[in-house]
Amino acid sequence: MGAQPALARDPAPEVRARLEGILAQVADPEIPVLSVLDLGVIRHLRYRPDGRLEVGVAPTYSGCPATAVIKADVLRALESAGFPAVAVDVLSPPWSSDWLSEAGRRKLAAFGIAPPGRRGSGPAACPRCGSADVERVSEFGSTPCKALYRCGACLEPFDYFKCL
Amino acid sequence: MTPHCRAVLRLADSNLVLAQRLGEWVGHAPALEEDLGLANVSLDLLGQARLLLARAGELEGRGRDEDALAYLREEHEFLNLTLVEQPNGDFADTIARQVLFDAWQLGLCESLAASSDAPLAAIAAKGRAEASYHLRYSGGWLERLGDGTAESHERAQRALEKLWPFVNELFADDDVDREVAEARIAPLPSSLEKAWSARVDAVLAAATLARPAPVPFPWFGKQGRHSEHLGYLLAEMQSLHRAHPGATW
Repeated sequence: MGAQPALARDPAPEVRARLEGILAQVADPEIPVLSVLDLGVIRHLRYRPDGRLEVGVAPTYSGCPATAVIKADVLRALESAGFPAVAVDVLSPPWSSDWLSEAGRRKLAAFGIAPPGRRGSGPAACPRCGSADVERVSEFGSTPCKALYRCGACLEPFDYFKCL
Repeated sequence: MTPHCRAVLRLADSNLVLAQRLGEWVGHAPALEEDLGLANVSLDLLGQARLLLARAGELEGRGRDEDALAYLREEHEFLNLTLVEQPNGDFADTIARQVLFDAWQLGLCESLAASSDAPLAAIAAKGRAEASYHLRYSGGWLERLGDGTAESHERAQRALEKLWPFVNELFADDDVDREVAEARIAPLPSSLEKAWSARVDAVLAAATLARPAPVPFPWFGKQGRHSEHLGYLLAEMQSLHRAHPGATW
């Protein structure tokens, strides 16, 4: 948001690869199997005219307290790798569960959280036994990003990454 | 304060006050799932309120940030809809209030996403998906209450009757509304009524509840004239910040 610096420039490809390597190690504070890259919240990486690195971060759910933690964790990781940076909020286009990477979806399922489906749909299958016989227990779960489901086959409750 | 700033503050305040009301349910909801549900809706509204308050502060240009606006204004300076400050009552009262609000906010966000105020449009685009999710939750509950037992049906109907007098204000245009609509910053409130009615009527039909008769009684919360309930809510919400200015976690 606001005026972008006129002379901002993108990092060189090898620097960018290093930065992405660092960000791949920054975990989502609530779902630590996901990195901030998997989550799809890093919108840009560029140098400001004053030489400082700027990271554009998209907030996830409006009510998610993890957003502030994500920004602080990103800045700390970059700083300790020798890249002092500033974070800016990027509200548009808004983040949605569609921004989650394919790798992120696989990691979620392996962790026991059903990945988001298409808009308005529920989980495709139970992340534990794979049965498609699932029912919603609650639209809201233990964190703002999750809903609660139950499997009709193995009877286990499980989290579903809210599709929003 | 310009009409633009005032209009953004109205939206921010409605979100903030309703978030505070819903937060009162934490630890008291009828089931753990509803405790989490109401708290999550509250958090979403609060997150949106923070962005809107920050935007209002920017537009005002007097250096007031979101905290100054939330904690250091008096009752008559709050510009929220009178509907959202109404007490939680029982679960049916809270759910009925939420359906009326969610359906309104959803239509509002759809329209605001095309606002000439880019930051406001971005906040609304984000709020739209959340409002739709909230309406699915509140609408689903009103349906279960209305189409549930005789007792739950009666209480849900009573809740609607009690809240209906506050509906007028959602669609009443005043000078501020007309100015910001002219500048394509926000839609005229009256333009939102048709879509709202369609959404609310659909929920009421599924819930086997009757739409209350129109109540020709105006409220003026968005102009700073409130019902008797807002002062108590603010006293609680603002007490910590006022006792310990600048306190942080």
